[in-house]
Amino acid sequence: MSLKIKDLPIEEYWLPGNPSCHGCPASLGLRLLMKALGPKTIVVIPACCSTIIQGAYPKTSAKFPILNIAFAASAAAASGIVETLEFKCKDNVNVVVWAGDGGTVDIGLQALSGAAERNENIIYVCYDNEAYMNTGIQRSGSTPYGAWTTTTITGKKEHKKDLPLIMAAHRIPYVATASVAYPIDFIAKLRKASKIYGMKYIHLHSPCPTGWRFPSSKTVETGRLAVLTGTWILYEVENGVFKLNPPSNTLIDKNRRKPIRNYIKMQGRFSHLTDKDIDELQRYVDEQWETYLKLLSIGKIY
Amino acid sequence: MRIVLTGNHAVAYAAFLSRVEVVAAYPITPQTQIVEKLAEFIEGGRLKARYIRVESEHSAMAAIIGASAAGARTFTATASHGLTYMNEMVFWAGNARLPIVMAIVCRALAPPWNIWTEHTDILAQRDTGWIQFFCEDNQEVLDTVIQAFKIAEDNRVLLPVMVGLDAFILSHTATPIDIPEQEDIDRFLPPRKPLPFILDVNNPLTHSNMTYPDQTMEFRYRLQKAMERARRVIVEVDEEYGKLTGRRYGGLLDCYKCEDADLGVIVMGSSAGDAKEAVDKLRDEGYKPGVVRIRVFRPFPKEELKEVCRRFKVIAVIDRDLSPGLGGILYAETLTSLYDLRNRPIVQNCIAGLGGRDIRVEDFKLVIKELYRGVEENIEIPPIKWIGIGDV
Amino acid sequence: MEAILETPLSKPSEGSAGITGYWRTFKPVINRSKCMKCLLCWIYCPEGTVIRINDDVDINYTYCKGCGICANECPAKAIDMVSEE
Repeated sequence: MSLKIKDLPIEEYWLPGNPSCHGCPASLGLRLLMKALGPKTIVVIPACCSTIIQGAYPKTSAKFPILNIAFAASAAAASGIVETLEFKCKDNVNVVVWAGDGGTVDIGLQALSGAAERNENIIYVCYDNEAYMNTGIQRSGSTPYGAWTTTTITGKKEHKKDLPLIMAAHRIPYVATASVAYPIDFIAKLRKASKIYGMKYIHLHSPCPTGWRFPSSKTVETGRLAVLTGTWILYEVENGVFKLNPPSNTLIDKNRRKPIRNYIKMQGRFSHLTDKDIDELQRYVDEQWETYLKLLSIGKIY
Repeated sequence: MRIVLTGNHAVAYAAFLSRVEVVAAYPITPQTQIVEKLAEFIEGGRLKARYIRVESEHSAMAAIIGASAAGARTFTATASHGLTYMNEMVFWAGNARLPIVMAIVCRALAPPWNIWTEHTDILAQRDTGWIQFFCEDNQEVLDTVIQAFKIAEDNRVLLPVMVGLDAFILSHTATPIDIPEQEDIDRFLPPRKPLPFILDVNNPLTHSNMTYPDQTMEFRYRLQKAMERARRVIVEVDEEYGKLTGRRYGGLLDCYKCEDADLGVIVMGSSAGDAKEAVDKLRDEGYKPGVVRIRVFRPFPKEELKEVCRRFKVIAVIDRDLSPGLGGILYAETLTSLYDLRNRPIVQNCIAGLGGRDIRVEDFKLVIKELYRGVEENIEIPPIKWIGIGDV
Repeated sequence: MEAILETPLSKPSEGSAGITGYWRTFKPVINRSKCMKCLLCWIYCPEGTVIRINDDVDINYTYCKGCGICANECPAKAIDMVSEE
């Protein structure tokens, strides 16, 4: 009994005419977040693109309460909110962190880890556009190998930090990856998360036209290709049980994955990549799959 | 009820009586007993509250900000490096106008590692928009933390409040303290109102999104105005608490034997007690000094200080802190307050007690006597003096 | 003393960045005869300017930025990106 687009609520809580770039995945993501969870949701947003796309005081694009907070502090601030709501017995309200990769994988990691260890009842969504986009496309721990950013002019020399796996190692009840190219999957995961008590972490792949250098009409297509090449893997870890989601579950056989070259070619940030670099990325993707298939075979990893 | 308590435990009892609802704190010497006692109260069921065992001080203040924004009465405590680590969020709480209360056990900053008392840590926060108190003894610590909630939550104020107590001298020294009755404190301190705002799904608002230059300055102005209104509220609350318990602290300033004094010693924190003892001894010898203890550093009591200091010929400002390149912080702010006086007193800055070095009664007596001698014999009085310093 | 003025609290509003329709160089035009009413354009629009009325869609040209995602994703190729000139 899977979710259908027609069944999704019509009401918009993320309002149009906001300052986001053409084709912005964060804007799309926020629309989908609210379609999934509904208006009884409080969102904590650290410094990131989503801070700015709310618009300037005295207006906001959000028809839901937002607590903006400092860059490193989102998981901690959300912990404070949820503890207060529980104390005052207002527990039918979702407390969500909506943070970029910078505020999650790098500067926000300590607070996130602390909140996870305490199993705070929050949904933490990291929308990953793979760089510090808000400050002008500088590299983050989540930037993939080889990508151009303003601080990795000749391409990043390190691979992407695997945050979802780090969160799974915290043994929290629910970890998932998602993509703006697969909105029904993302919405279903959010709704599932909202019914679980404890810390839930969803890592949302968010292709950014401005930072990745592709035309604004290709945001969803780029995201889809990331999944179909196996570069981005859709999975859940629910109480330690690892599970691949469609269409990633059809890509276990390497030959069914599109070559990574198709994904790389679409993006200006990879335009300087040599064949050797592309091979390295392909090797990394294949290695990621090896790891995840091992986890799949274990069954319950914790 | 009268029991023997350390300053740290007095803080915990005050937070308990104030019915705090969410505590988020990270341990740091010499504050640890505050958070341990509160954990005991909460886990023992005596205090109905949530204790978020955060993983750092920065997260402690962030969690407290979240909790306060969601409507809880909140409390935390820290010292020294914990305070400087959370500095970013301390500014956030001030600008967000959230009525948070925080105890600071004033401790030296490193290098070198030093766990004893110094005021530089708390004074380094003086620009954050927080009201700042300095306590002389453990009774005042307990009373002031309770008063802090009332002041913070007053709708004329809506500012966070930090209450400073000296490391080890107050935090770890046990003295007899009067604990007020819970019913009395409940009447004095009603439940918190949802000000300045509350995160509410029925009234969705966004807090603190981008604000342009043409709109921001007004918020700073309103923060300043709140500080100015706080001066009166602090005095009112001190008076009301005084009626309830019989203990008054003079509002912003605690003046000791100043009515007929011709020399003033301006001091903050626990060493005021030694200053007062020195003053008593010197009065027996015929001198007429007085002590002005600054109880509230922010908002700085400029007018009140000017009025008291008007009658002094010479003033010693004791700074248990250092702003390198300037000298004492209290000294600089005192001079600002005295500038308008037509006949300005001579002011000497005494840097003392840094890194927890003892400031003895003898030290106060020497400083005061030297100043009297300087005035009498018309000798040049050095503007800055370092007390008790060794070979340098 | 109105609490809402003491610290910056913003109210929900469409067009927080103004009339973002002015950002367009191309505008989406729906070809009704080809439209299959799959609603993919509605779900993929980052701005929420593909408006849904029952199962029909229309474009909110006041705020549509002309990013082109709807046209790119439409399985029936029922949306054309037409130059604003």
